[in-house]
Amino acid sequence: MALSQADVLAGLKEIVEEVAGIPAASIELGKNFTEDLEVDSLSMVEVVVAAEERFGVKIPDEKVTDLVTVGDAVDFIVNAAK
Amino acid sequence: MSQRRVVITGLGATTPLGGDVTSTWSALLAGTSGVRTLTEDWTSLLPVSFAARVAIEPSEQMERVEIRRLDRSEQFALIASREAWKDAGSPDIDKERLGVVIASGIGGVITMLDQYDNLNNKGSRLVSPHTVPMLMPNGPAANVGLELQAKAGVHTPVSACASGAEAVGYALEMIRSNRADIIVSGGVEAAVHQLPMAGFAAMKALSTRNDDPARASRPYDVDRDGFVLGEGGGVLILEEYEHAKARGAKIYCEIAGQGLTSDGYHIAAPDPDGAGVQRAIKFALRDSGLSTKDIVHLNAHATSTPAGDVAEANALRAALGSDSDHVAVSATKSMTGHLLGGAGAIESVFLVKAIQDRMAPPTINIDNLDPAVTIDVVRDKPRALPVGDIAALNDSFGFGGHNVVLVFKSL
Repeated sequence: MALSQADVLAGLKEIVEEVAGIPAASIELGKNFTEDLEVDSLSMVEVVVAAEERFGVKIPDEKVTDLVTVGDAVDFIVNAAK
Repeated sequence: MSQRRVVITGLGATTPLGGDVTSTWSALLAGTSGVRTLTEDWTSLLPVSFAARVAIEPSEQMERVEIRRLDRSEQFALIASREAWKDAGSPDIDKERLGVVIASGIGGVITMLDQYDNLNNKGSRLVSPHTVPMLMPNGPAANVGLELQAKAGVHTPVSACASGAEAVGYALEMIRSNRADIIVSGGVEAAVHQLPMAGFAAMKALSTRNDDPARASRPYDVDRDGFVLGEGGGVLILEEYEHAKARGAKIYCEIAGQGLTSDGYHIAAPDPDGAGVQRAIKFALRDSGLSTKDIVHLNAHATSTPAGDVAEANALRAALGSDSDHVAVSATKSMTGHLLGGAGAIESVFLVKAIQDRMAPPTINIDNLDPAVTIDVVRDKPRALPVGDIAALNDSFGFGGHNVVLVFKSL
């Protein structure tokens, strides 16, 4: 199932807000998960699992370290869903 | 060099009677029961359908994200610690001289069981990555230590229902031995869940007075039939006396000493002779440089079990001798239920308030005093304590035969 970048970003915003308590409005494609949004390693695991459930994709553990920014995650999920 | 003295400069609590110390203390003096019928479906599995839940849910006192990442016991620890720290004036202290000692009897049991259900029902991928930090028994202390950046040491003594008192005593020793100048100390418990309750019920330790929950916790009454499980926690800020004076802190009273012993008798039953309790009282008085003549009030362990209450009362009578005639004994579990690892901590908070207000809280639900109980129990209404220099005791016992006695005195 193809997903648009806008759909994935909107979904990811909801997940990060729910898991890490970061207001959705401050979550943008260029934001770095650790440095800008202060999502710690444990919460990142939660974000990944929730994203897999929501978008029906698989995000392998070895790829998670590459997802530095919100944009990286959105791109990965959009591609994985193609 | 004379021994470093330790005083109490802050208090915090979240209990079945209130979400803070002030509301809890006024409900306690008013003789209010915090015990209620549980509404969860699982109560149908158990012979006991009531408990003493906290009066104010943590979700009303903390951010949603904190609730998500913290076990309920950790939530209680942070709520009570934040209140206590603020009450102490949020002291500006070298973090290497700040410690935390917060106990729990059981630890994050609700997290453990919920995540076990997750594992079985949804698979390992959906087990929360926060599971271990949430279920570890040192989690409450560790989270408070993190928030305050305490670096003198963060500890969690575990001795079942004596844990909270043992934590306060451990804090006393940390300051005396010059490891720290301020310790955030106390105990918490969050075990209102079908498994721990079924376990206690299987031991015949819980009251089954399902038709009248508010009257179920009745220490010293002839018709007592077991304890009522409670949840919540209490925190005291212990501070070295000169340190507190130098910063102009509000000082409630002094914590003057402690006594610790073990029974070597049975894993759960109290030693009917109460020899271990008597020795703990003797050691605590010696440690504090006081005698039985100085004691005017005691917050008893008194959980409302048939065997425990009498064994304790006999031990108190034996240890205090004729001086027990001027010791006003309060069994506050009649109102709060039994907070297990939190009990010794909230009861220490109550002792500090009793010394401050010169008022011993009542023991409710004693319709007929057990004739085997020959100590002076404060019944129904609070009782005024004497003016002048006074001292008071808190005793706590835990499965495993742990006995802890703490001594507080006016300053």
